[in-house]
Amino acid sequence: MLTAMHKQLLNDYQQDFPLSPTPYQDIASSLGVTEEDVLLAFNELADEHFISRIGSIIAPNHIGVSTLVAMAVPVEQLQSIADIVSRYPEVNHNYERENRFNLWFVMIAKDDEYLQSVIETIETESGFNAMQLPLLADYFINLGFEMDFDD
Amino acid sequence: MIDFIDRQLIELLQDGLATVSRPYALIGQQLNLSEDEVIVRLSRLKELGLIKRLGVIVNHRKLGYCANAMVVFDVPDTLVEQIAGHVSQFSFVNLCYLRPRRGEQWPYNLYCMIHGKNREKVLQQLDHLISSCGLSSVNHEVLFSRKCFKQRGAIYKADSEPGKV
Repeated sequence: MLTAMHKQLLNDYQQDFPLSPTPYQDIASSLGVTEEDVLLAFNELADEHFISRIGSIIAPNHIGVSTLVAMAVPVEQLQSIADIVSRYPEVNHNYERENRFNLWFVMIAKDDEYLQSVIETIETESGFNAMQLPLLADYFINLGFEMDFDD
Repeated sequence: MIDFIDRQLIELLQDGLATVSRPYALIGQQLNLSEDEVIVRLSRLKELGLIKRLGVIVNHRKLGYCANAMVVFDVPDTLVEQIAGHVSQFSFVNLCYLRPRRGEQWPYNLYCMIHGKNREKVLQQLDHLISSCGLSSVNHEVLFSRKCFKQRGAIYKADSEPGKV
């Protein structure tokens, strides 16, 4: 199912997608295939959900403000509380994790005042305390995520 | 540093680059910008570090990387930068962040994310990380992700008027 070209596209273009008028042609040239081959392969990867999109990762807290939030929710209420949280457009990721703090979500808003008001509303509506864990420093230096397709 | 057009550009890019021959021209059409201006602005935003990376955003789960652990450590403040630098070097570490402690209920300040094909592999990698970074006496917890309730690409909306934010 995944061809050698699919794997190259997955591993080699996470970080520096060509910023030229014809990025897919540039990729095609470096792989020795046609632009149509590259476009088709990206469409296949997207259709099969191997990639979510070709897009950008924005540095946290440079545009708008964001915070990670954790809640400790009884297991039997987790789905209903998660549904309440997910309904807010300011929430992007919302995950269950194995911990006494079992609901983890990331929120983003245009400024801190607004962010705090939404968090207060979520606390009121859910009945649970929201532990805010905003980013203080980002030490990440790895470039992209290298997949191991062999094992 | 960045203007309203940059913000609109970032917002449009959240939906993903189209798989057409001239994708930046297509974005430009929606914002009344030339293809060249789109490329110049995106290059600048990347240089400034506002765009951390531009490229393929892979679906780890679908690719068989089903185990995702957030590992939290209570690292002494004076050593955090040094330890973070060391932790970030491992190829299996995806993210490494400093966040505030929250008293006794949550005494952790250093966060790292490890994606792996299964739980055993992730725990092996974590053991390796802990011993090589000298963290065996450091209090830590491992939080594997279980259910994903919501995940979406759009993280920013240029909904405010120019100059208001």
